[in-house]
Amino acid sequence: MTEFLQQIVNGLTLGSLYALIAVGYTVVYGIVQLINFAHGEVFMIGAFGALATWTVLFKGQTGLWVLPIMVLGAVLVSVLTAVVMERIAYRPLRGAPRLAPLITAIGISVFLQEAVRLFYPGAKSKLTFPEIEVVTGSALSIGGLQIQRAAIFTVGALVVSAVLLWFFVNRTRLGQGMQAVSQDPDTAQLMGINVNRIIVIAFAVGAALAAIAGVAQGLLNSNIDFRMGFLAGLKAFTAAVLGGIGNIQGAVVGGLTLGIAESMATQFIPGQFGGSAWKDVWAFVLLILVLVFRPQGLLGARVVDRA
Amino acid sequence: MAQRSVMTVGASLLVASLALAGCGDRGDETSGTGDTGGDAKVAKIGVIAPLSGDLSALGKGIQHSVELAVKQANDSKAIPGWTLEVEAVDDEGKAEVGKNGATKLAADDQIVGVVGNLNSSVSQQTQPVFAAANITQISPANTGPSLTRGADGNTRPYKTFFRTCTTDIAQGGFAAKFLIEQGIKTVATIHDKKTYGQGLVQYFTEAYKAAGGTVVAAETINPDESNYAPVVSKVAPSKPGAVFYGGEYPQAGPLSKQMKAGGLNVPLMGGDGIYDPKFIELAGSTSNNDLATSVGEPTENTEAGKKFLAEYEAAKFAEPAAAYGGYSYDAANAIIEALKTSLKDAEDAKSARQATVDAVGKVSFDGVTGKVSFDEFGDTLVKVITGYKVEGGKWASVKSENVS
Repeated sequence: MTEFLQQIVNGLTLGSLYALIAVGYTVVYGIVQLINFAHGEVFMIGAFGALATWTVLFKGQTGLWVLPIMVLGAVLVSVLTAVVMERIAYRPLRGAPRLAPLITAIGISVFLQEAVRLFYPGAKSKLTFPEIEVVTGSALSIGGLQIQRAAIFTVGALVVSAVLLWFFVNRTRLGQGMQAVSQDPDTAQLMGINVNRIIVIAFAVGAALAAIAGVAQGLLNSNIDFRMGFLAGLKAFTAAVLGGIGNIQGAVVGGLTLGIAESMATQFIPGQFGGSAWKDVWAFVLLILVLVFRPQGLLGARVVDRA
Repeated sequence: MAQRSVMTVGASLLVASLALAGCGDRGDETSGTGDTGGDAKVAKIGVIAPLSGDLSALGKGIQHSVELAVKQANDSKAIPGWTLEVEAVDDEGKAEVGKNGATKLAADDQIVGVVGNLNSSVSQQTQPVFAAANITQISPANTGPSLTRGADGNTRPYKTFFRTCTTDIAQGGFAAKFLIEQGIKTVATIHDKKTYGQGLVQYFTEAYKAAGGTVVAAETINPDESNYAPVVSKVAPSKPGAVFYGGEYPQAGPLSKQMKAGGLNVPLMGGDGIYDPKFIELAGSTSNNDLATSVGEPTENTEAGKKFLAEYEAAKFAEPAAAYGGYSYDAANAIIEALKTSLKDAEDAKSARQATVDAVGKVSFDGVTGKVSFDEFGDTLVKVITGYKVEGGKWASVKSENVS
């Protein structure tokens, strides 16, 4: 039983990371029907932004108070990257055949990875992420469960972000504008909504959450590297599809499901096909099963099919 | 029209990014050492190792140590009428990249011998390439036993392959004994599914069981990932006295840290792949008492080693000699020693390749890491292994032993 609960904890932690990144895929897809494959790199750049903030401003500091500033630095760098990316690479391709922006996204992904690798000092190998009091260090032991301190930060970040995002989408004018554009961009424009602005905001919101995930992963794994966005991005994209692409709640549910499926597969599938070597296989088997029986994803895709 | 022009912008951006990616992979090559005065003929010694990426700390040490040996040979005019040069290529620690690099070196007519690779899994791919071109290949770091002894342990697959370090059979056996001596009788094993990690864990497990220890869990990780919490949680309930990890420091460091952050407060132990300062950097302050074994005696503990490190220091290379510096220096000197006979009457470098292979098999001299000579399989006769422990943020040697 302890093992079961322990893996639930691990799964929720991993799942929260996936969910935070998946929201970025889903928000952008919901509005421009673009799979932004460079989103994993926005996540990676967030982590490097946090590290850079720490290195420049607080080198050697371990107090909890530096964490919010690191998060802020991460969010700034990520949002800037995403907005510039949208302006330079995606906006000119608006209205082009869908394959063009997709390939551009892959190109940007490679470009950003290599840019970090070449220009961030020491990024050619893994970099140590700073240890912060309270959120890193020895595990908390609660009733036989070992809970990593950074795991609490990660899950907490997801909860806070999800609440704020819900409020933003449902209770603000901008959020309602986003909903309108996702339903029908042409009519939304006729109603006086600035579609370009809404799209930039969608990119920025996704980037902010990805940046928080980047900091969380740095704290959890104690290191970051320029390739970290690839696998995380792939998993988060899977999570978004699993939950129903275009659906924000779906991204959260998909992320948590995927994370839990992975940790459960590590623990409970016995024999040759079990263990961590096969966890990704089982995670993707789950994805295939869901897509066979529920092609729209767990919570249903929220996409108006426009010809 | 506007639509079209923006399309071209997007396309050119893509092309630019791809081109940049291509450049990045080969950005670290350097070559050429020593003077090229007179009309001396040129022969090149290749270096093939990870010069970029996670393992570059080790690879750069290999490159510079070879450069040092070559520079000294040129300065002392070790081979009359010839000037030696170093040609370094990056294998990124990846088998496919290594194979391409080996092909590039083999196509260069001036190459007479090669030092490398770092990873056993990469050497598996480069061995046949060098063998086909009759080029001597001496690895300073490959500990995978099958590279010299074949799958059955008794047939040498390639006559051109030698190594200056010993194998995982010796290392795994020593590690097992070393751990029992530390009073640790139960262990969980984790490896990264690569040739080196898997082999090391296998030889360790055999020896550990034979020495009376119990393996309570056996797991693997995916080296591309960096979150090992699920594996740690799976291993923790079996209450191992230590975790034996087969793999390299880029994964071992974070694994050690996540073990302790996940409540598994036991030492992590590994082989020569984790014996690097970068391991401690990645594993952080909780890495004290982690253990490692590495081939040979600590370089700074022997007279010859001290001399080598002083000379390396004096040459002012950008990166330190790292774990395999001494072995690389000895490997390069073994080639140079062989070249003294093989190049003497040779017309050009290419025609001396076979003679070099034959001569390397017969060399015998006192190197940095002990006596440099090879048995009929191309293995070194020196089988010294040292056990290390992390103390106060540094690797401290605990004991050395000749296990042959």
